Amino acid sequence: MSLAIRELEKTYAGDSEGIDGFLAEHSFPLQEGTTTTFVYRGEAEEVHLLHWIFGLESTLAFTKLGDSDLWYLVMELPELSRVEYKLDVVRDGEHKWIRDPLNPLLAHDPFGANSVYQGVGYETPEWTVPDEEARVGDLEEIAFRSEAFGEERTVQVYLPARYRKNRRYPVLIVHDGSDYLRYAGLKTVLDNLIFRLEIPELLVAMTDSADRFGEYTSNPNHDRFIAQEVPAELERRFPIDPDPSAWGLMGASLGAVATLSAAWRNPGRFGKLLMQSGSFVFTDIGDRNWRGPQWDGVVGLMNAFREAPGRPAERLFVSCGIYESLIYENRSLVPILQATGMDLRYVEARDGHNWENWRDRLRVGLSWLFPGPLWMVYE
Amino acid sequence: MHYNCAVMGVIILLGPQRLRPSLARVVADHGIDGRIAAITAGWQEREAEDDELAEHLSGRTVNLCLYRRAERVFASDPELAAAYHARQDSLKRAQELYRLRLDHSMAAVRDLMRLEGESEWLEDELRAAFEVVRRLDDGHVERVREVHADFSKKWTPRKRPAVRKHRRELAKLLAGCDAVAVAGGHVAVLLNRLRLFGMDELFGDLPVLAWSAGAMALGRRVVLFHDSPPQGFRNAEVLESGLGLYRGILPMPHARRRLEIGDRRRVAELARRFAPRVCVPMDDGGYLKIDGPSLWAEAPIRRLTVQGHVERLESTPDELAEGEPS
Repeated sequence: MSLAIRELEKTYAGDSEGIDGFLAEHSFPLQEGTTTTFVYRGEAEEVHLLHWIFGLESTLAFTKLGDSDLWYLVMELPELSRVEYKLDVVRDGEHKWIRDPLNPLLAHDPFGANSVYQGVGYETPEWTVPDEEARVGDLEEIAFRSEAFGEERTVQVYLPARYRKNRRYPVLIVHDGSDYLRYAGLKTVLDNLIFRLEIPELLVAMTDSADRFGEYTSNPNHDRFIAQEVPAELERRFPIDPDPSAWGLMGASLGAVATLSAAWRNPGRFGKLLMQSGSFVFTDIGDRNWRGPQWDGVVGLMNAFREAPGRPAERLFVSCGIYESLIYENRSLVPILQATGMDLRYVEARDGHNWENWRDRLRVGLSWLFPGPLWMVYE
Repeated sequence: MHYNCAVMGVIILLGPQRLRPSLARVVADHGIDGRIAAITAGWQEREAEDDELAEHLSGRTVNLCLYRRAERVFASDPELAAAYHARQDSLKRAQELYRLRLDHSMAAVRDLMRLEGESEWLEDELRAAFEVVRRLDDGHVERVREVHADFSKKWTPRKRPAVRKHRRELAKLLAGCDAVAVAGGHVAVLLNRLRLFGMDELFGDLPVLAWSAGAMALGRRVVLFHDSPPQGFRNAEVLESGLGLYRGILPMPHARRRLEIGDRRRVAELARRFAPRVCVPMDDGGYLKIDGPSLWAEAPIRRLTVQGHVERLESTPDELAEGEPS
């Protein structure tokens, strides 16, 4: 089957009508099997795709259709791929990064929004959108003084629907909680998974950091805050099961490093760890990673952990996108984690280093760590 | 039809009641205007949180508090509690072993079903593969029944003072009621409490209305199922015998969320495996009334067929004439 853009190439005769018809007949990016055509229409000297897929050139040049103002790029993207991207449009020598004007699908993150390409077979999981049948939990903000940081810190706590003070709950502490709420729909996900009995009713404590590189990269103060101060405050205010097997800790990217750091330095505190796209940068020779000196703290932590991992938890969930450079570090970590005897589930996805990737793995990750009663309960 | 579907009084099986409750209407349709004994033991620690149910039935409910009563029995009779917990550990292990064999046997069934129509021997092979699974299911039920029988013989729970006291109280409460409503929840917890207090005997001829796990626990066989749990597909598995208040029907609550009802092969697999029992997906609305030899369904009650279809169930299915193995 000939691609639609190839047909247009054949029939284009310098008129804009053919292009108008092509744009009107299709939605973009144009998906024809696993072949995808990205299209931009406008005056430009060059157009590039910025995609953050590790392994491909970071920018891919569009081709101009004859003397028209239509630019296109054809590429193969495997089934189930999900790619966030922007267009780099060069005009009068100036580069301007824009979202794809022909694609309404967006993903948001702390830096703004990207256009999203969803490959064949990918669907936004239905458990990530509000379910009118699900009971809805509450968020409560608590503030307390952290001795580790010498200042007041706030933590948002998710209380499940039908929360009762006379029960004892498992608890999960989440790094970058506000981002998980805003960009990964964490509250909706929790409401839905609890309603579907896929995870038990649990409390979720969400921390934030204004200095992620300073606090998340093997910082003893942060380890103390996460593994001692937050748990103590939670136990003081809420009915929590004291058994370490009821305690979980999670994070993404540097938040996953902070998760591993706090758990490793406080063995027996957390029974369950969930780490997504961990920035587990390490070296096999020397102590300076190619990514630069700002990673020295992480490299020191990871090299020490890889040398003597111990058994920081009982059950782990690790996920990573295969389109992100960190896939190398995460895959490298898997056999080390397996060798410790911890119960590990490792999942890869055709996605990048972004919040919707982390959102999409929450169901399998949370239900692995905190299995719900759905097999026995029929309400 | 001379086959008695209902072993005791009238049994009415309803769909889930939380979002679109139909219980009050069904109760009214059957002229039940007195008090209704409520069993919410499947809700475990939330047993007493029955405000919505009580309100729905205009305050006519009397919660029998079986979960709380059982906790009190165990607190006052540590010997029985220890034996009970040991029995549960034993049953859990039996379930794990059964599941191991089941997964292999079901893999053969599914592999054969994928070859649909390929050779003249296929149907014979498939029949034999299903037979292996059915024998496995039956064997598991029998093993669990033996565990319960041994427990009853050794510990005689219904003769123990704490249980007898509660049974007397329950009988008195039931004497003042016109019907029993059994809610869902944790099916094993519910079934164990019903069994501990011998509720099947105490119900007498009272009409019993049940939904979700309540409907499952009253039948002859309890089947656990979910086609798309988050950690991947699991085979439906038999838990054990239920109270046996009705026969021949396998209620499958929350089918809309739990069953791949549009998957013809999956539907056929379930219907064939559990035949001659009739698999009945139970969703909101509709009910199934079982009264002696007759079974009456109010739309939209449906059934799974061995051909892989989901059909409306209107009256006593022919298969039930053959009866359900004990």
